[in-house]
Amino acid sequence: MILSENLTKKYGSQVVLNIEHLEIPKGQSFGLVGNNGAGKTTFFSLLLDLIQPSSGKIVNNGVQVNTSEAWKPFTSAFIDETFLIGYLTPEEYFYFIGELRGRNKADVDALLSQFEDFFHGEILGQKKYLRDLSKGNQKKAGIVASFIGNPEVVVLDEPFANLDPTTQIRLKAIIKELAAEQDITVLVSSHDLSHVTEVCERIVVLNKGEIVKDIQTSTETLQELETFFGG
Amino acid sequence: MFKHFIRLQWKSFFRSSSFGKGIALKILMVFLGLYLLISLVGAGVGMYFILRKLVPDVSPMWLISQYFVYWILIELFLRYFMQKLPVMDIKPFLSLPIKKSAIAHYILGRSAVSVYNLLAIFFFVPFAIVLIFQGYPALNVLLWVVSIGAITLCINYVNFIINKSDKALVIIGAIIVGLYALDYFGLLPVKEFFGPIFHGLYAYPIAVFIPVALAILVYIINFNYLKNRIFLDASLKTKSQEAKTSDLAWTKRFGDIAPFLQLDLKLIWRNKRTKAQVFISLLFVFYGLIFYTQEIYANMMPMYAFLGIFMTGIFLANFGQFIPAWDSAYYSMMMSQNIPLRKYLESKAGLIAVSVVVMFLLTIPYVYFGWKALAVNFGSALYNLGVNIPVILYFGSFNKKRIELDQSPFGNMQGTSGTQFLIMLPVLGLPILIFTIAYYLFSVEVAVIVLSVLGIVGFFFRNYFFDKITEQYRRKKYGMIDGFKEKNS
Repeated sequence: MILSENLTKKYGSQVVLNIEHLEIPKGQSFGLVGNNGAGKTTFFSLLLDLIQPSSGKIVNNGVQVNTSEAWKPFTSAFIDETFLIGYLTPEEYFYFIGELRGRNKADVDALLSQFEDFFHGEILGQKKYLRDLSKGNQKKAGIVASFIGNPEVVVLDEPFANLDPTTQIRLKAIIKELAAEQDITVLVSSHDLSHVTEVCERIVVLNKGEIVKDIQTSTETLQELETFFGG
Repeated sequence: MFKHFIRLQWKSFFRSSSFGKGIALKILMVFLGLYLLISLVGAGVGMYFILRKLVPDVSPMWLISQYFVYWILIELFLRYFMQKLPVMDIKPFLSLPIKKSAIAHYILGRSAVSVYNLLAIFFFVPFAIVLIFQGYPALNVLLWVVSIGAITLCINYVNFIINKSDKALVIIGAIIVGLYALDYFGLLPVKEFFGPIFHGLYAYPIAVFIPVALAILVYIINFNYLKNRIFLDASLKTKSQEAKTSDLAWTKRFGDIAPFLQLDLKLIWRNKRTKAQVFISLLFVFYGLIFYTQEIYANMMPMYAFLGIFMTGIFLANFGQFIPAWDSAYYSMMMSQNIPLRKYLESKAGLIAVSVVVMFLLTIPYVYFGWKALAVNFGSALYNLGVNIPVILYFGSFNKKRIELDQSPFGNMQGTSGTQFLIMLPVLGLPILIFTIAYYLFSVEVAVIVLSVLGIVGFFFRNYFFDKITEQYRRKKYGMIDGFKEKNS
């Protein structure tokens, strides 16, 4: 589904990302871990064509992302709060995203009704603009918005940060459910090793822009990762 | 303690990113500031002689005292918009071992040296110096200046008390208009009533204690109020307004661009800066009154062209020059979403086009000043629609400065860079130049026709232009995303 080859990103002489070869098959739930500055967000930004690669390319379902925009209809993402439109209410935001992805109000409402638990009554019908919601609630809205319109690739950067424990547990269930579906590829990055090992079938560890580990998740994975980062 | 605060203040000023903006903008700001200062000092110096000349048999001091009450009220009214108590800056200090009273004193003390207070000083001190040279008793004049300073501080602190409610603004506005009307129609001698009171400040030097005492009193009230409210949830929290959901169903008839149109309308209506932009643009309809009514401009056709382009295109210029920076806060989302860039641009163009038509309709009454005014405005509107809309969208692709939508628009230079000044040349200068040349070579009629035809031609090439502009936005995409991420100030 996603193939990156000889991908590098340099700022001046500093190399922030250097991935020789990375292939993520369709339907995989893929976890990206690494310390600050390891290149996680850089990789996602490259995947979404928000920054230009210094060399190499990313191909998303046969579409090279920095030359064609044909990847947009089947890809959705939530990177940070800058993906939200502050002066809209959550409902208006969902409908707007829905409209961009060819879903009418009824479709969006049907999807939202599945996330009532996740929202915990703090998102819908609050008479608040997104800019006035707390960080955690903004995140909830942004994450759910990325599920609108049956995307085949869902990219979530640090989805667990800023969420309360209940919501984290619910989000894990949601991601697992999503990953269980055959044709949805989920890409998640996180600082939280236990969360990411729990939801992802495969984990790639980035360090200073390079892939240092590529693991199929098993019962020992958490231990392995903790030794790696602890040592 | 205050030493620390002042040092921090100093750093925040010199390290603020607005200070580090482009050199051209900086120079412009310095010139504007100097110009304002010099005009104030000049007005202060000249005021004595002007008043002497206008009303030779009354002492200027007496005259100026009569208008004091209006000065105070109008300044209160204006400050309501301009000046807010700078409470947000103290958040980092709350958890540090600093007494709350020290913080309160600091906030209030800092506001005393604000620019708004200096304005009055720069006007009244030169005025007072002239008075002394004209033989007014020095002691009286000096203490009078002290009184003025105290009154300014009173205004400063009263503003913070009343700033919390919109009602106060309406009341002050009503009082200003009411007093002036009463005075004007001779129902109540307002000036004669307040004149002696303020003149007393000069005539009886001992009276200086009254404004000083008042200033101290207002300060103490403010201090007590503030000290008890230095909590995150009380005065520091910015109020969030209740959201009104609207689906703007009528936009559906515009087809593909409907979602963007809805977004743009909400953008304009729900954010301070954009909303003010609309009101300012509407006010500029009256701009014509300044020129059409004056004899000198009656036959100055290039001036008509300027007014036409300017009045019908004011929203085009004000709003258009910052496209797409209005969406800067969430631009990376827009760029990774399934968005046809062209529809996005067409929606903006549609909105501006509507504004041009509305502004033209509003200027129709100027036909009172002759058919030429109407004809020129019509030609200008067509030119704006056909040529200036694509031009301003094209130049928008050079925008790389982020705009925070919920900040006040007054004196807000956010998002401004050299581009904005460059845009004005082709948008405003070119049509006036074309008009002027056609007018002097042929006639007004021809000049209007030339503008109109250019507009219509531009309209026919609309598709071509939009293809090119979309291409340009695509090319500049990465730079824009990068630039819009940089938060300033």
